[in-house]
Amino acid sequence: MFVDFFYILRRKGVPVSIKEFMSFIEALYKGHFQSSLNHLYHIGRAFLVKSEAYFDAYDLAFNEYFGGIATQDIELDKVLGWLENPLNRLPKMTPEELMEFQKQLEEFKRTHDLEEMMRQFRERLKEQKERHDGGHKWVGTGGYSPFGAYGYHPGGIRAGGESWMQSASKVAAERRYRNYRNDIILDVRQTKMALKKLRELKREGAAEELDIEETIDKTAKEGGEIELVFNRSRENSVRIILLMDTGGSMLPYTELCEKLFSAATQANHFKEFRYYFFHNCIYQDIYEDMANYKNVPTEKLFSLFNKSYKLILVGDARMAYSELFDVNGCIDYFSTNDRPGLEWLSRIRGHFPHSVWLNPTHKNFWGHYTVDTIGKIFPMYELTIDGLKDAIKALTSRTKNLMHQ
Amino acid sequence: MSGTNQGYHGSEDYIASKALMEIVNVAVVLQKPLVVKGEPGTGKTLLAHSIARALNKKLYIWNIKSTTKARDGLYVYDTVQRLNDARFKDKDISDIRQYIKMGKLGQAFNSDEQVILLIDEIDKADIEFPNDLLNELDEMTFHINELDEEVTAKYRPIVIITSNSEKELPDAFLRRCLFYYIEFPDGEMMERIIKVHYPDIEDKLIREALKKFYWIREMDGLKKRPSTSELLDWIKALSLGGVKIDKINNEIPFLGTLLKNEQDTDRFIRLSTNQGGFGFKRR
Repeated sequence: MFVDFFYILRRKGVPVSIKEFMSFIEALYKGHFQSSLNHLYHIGRAFLVKSEAYFDAYDLAFNEYFGGIATQDIELDKVLGWLENPLNRLPKMTPEELMEFQKQLEEFKRTHDLEEMMRQFRERLKEQKERHDGGHKWVGTGGYSPFGAYGYHPGGIRAGGESWMQSASKVAAERRYRNYRNDIILDVRQTKMALKKLRELKREGAAEELDIEETIDKTAKEGGEIELVFNRSRENSVRIILLMDTGGSMLPYTELCEKLFSAATQANHFKEFRYYFFHNCIYQDIYEDMANYKNVPTEKLFSLFNKSYKLILVGDARMAYSELFDVNGCIDYFSTNDRPGLEWLSRIRGHFPHSVWLNPTHKNFWGHYTVDTIGKIFPMYELTIDGLKDAIKALTSRTKNLMHQ
Repeated sequence: MSGTNQGYHGSEDYIASKALMEIVNVAVVLQKPLVVKGEPGTGKTLLAHSIARALNKKLYIWNIKSTTKARDGLYVYDTVQRLNDARFKDKDISDIRQYIKMGKLGQAFNSDEQVILLIDEIDKADIEFPNDLLNELDEMTFHINELDEEVTAKYRPIVIITSNSEKELPDAFLRRCLFYYIEFPDGEMMERIIKVHYPDIEDKLIREALKKFYWIREMDGLKKRPSTSELLDWIKALSLGGVKIDKINNEIPFLGTLLKNEQDTDRFIRLSTNQGGFGFKRR
């Protein structure tokens, strides 16, 4: 009984253990349930799902087993996923296609009517179902994707994209817990939680903890005269440096990066937290502010911070070939650089053995020459909750990461 | 279970959703710990108080701090006191029992009736903390090494555990518990909650205040979104201050009760001046 339900849950990604399922079944047999589906839904969830992140998956599984929401919503959800991160999911566009989409987007912006949007959205979805060629039409709404090379400003076009999402989410609203899913949102709180794992406990600071063993030892040695011995308590000794790309191609990910940034600044459990910015690639200067006015020589990184600091770089690692490999390849017209960016990056990696690169773009889109190259210098992870967790694991692992160079 | 008078049905001053009541009842019957998670201010801690009142049972509260060790909840062996007493020889220090002090969990186990044990904000402690309690909560028993004695619960307490999800709880721990996520109450629910606290406030004021409250909560980028307790404070301030209803429509009096840091207040002012009457962003 209900065994299939167990497997559906597992298939939908809910990490149900046998123990949990058994106690659910046990409760069922003991007759603790009212014979109502609603009741079963809530109680079952309390037994089987232990994180709100899986509520949505549970909803899906429950509906598959007990019937309910039509499957159309699920596909909508998939589409929503594409819409949320079009660059990540979809193949490159030709300039002709791009023109076409730009035209469409302009049209959408003119007809800013929600009803109309919803209608068009549904029509599109129908079309999408019929063609199984990866749906590059959807790139249209993804026109705000940051192909810097094609040279139009993403900000303006993004508005169209957002409206799409809103109307779409209205359609798919029946599933209430989708926002709690791990893979979709990365919010400040979750990021903070992930960052909390970044710690190394060391005995530091004032001696406040009573060391009983030592106290007894000492007291015995003093012939019964009490001698209290205190120890220093354990504190997090992790020191972090965050280096963030503020380049134009990072614009669509501003929000994501802001979240990471505010989570890191709010996480007050680090011994020390420093941050700097760079533009596309790192050369002889990095910056203290996002607008890249206050420059600091990159050399300072090496003189101020020793190798025990953990370095997190955030960027899409996508740039022109020359920016990474050439002298004077810097994207800023007024800047020059005597050494290519690649050399600086390798030096940084050499100085900070605990360093990772977080990339806000989807892994499928890392097949770019500069991304590959940088990925060989720094271990690269996606800027998602799961990616962040992996990155933190890599940062805290005691065994030194093998150098790739 | 399906009996109408038995079990937990919320209490006078606490409004619980039907699903939550059902789960509390199942947790009581099956004697499984119930983990309650949710945003701050959704009434996680109050739930335990409410259950205690509704079922007329004693409540033991174990507040968890970042320094709390699992052992603290079981018992503490006061070595220093014993060491100190050893110097003066006026007490019989061979009786270790007098230096063993029961923690909240120990007290709950030793109680002569069934009690409710609230382990509040379990996620404040070290990540490993819940794992250290696995056996104690499973078997409801622990061992006092110094006395070589077993302490077993006479009546298994009803255990309510709250978490703000600051840290994720270990799977092994969660497997042994029931789980409930308290969502932030929607408008209708909130109205009921307000009426429980302030039965005399007029409906129109509540409705207008709620409209504004949810509008503020929906704003992007607030560091701390106002929660139920802030709303209750605000409504109290509004009614005590005798604010006219149409005034709430145009401005937000006593904003300080809702938004408690400067950045949020700045952000609020910036956003509210940028937005038109319907809350749509101007482009």
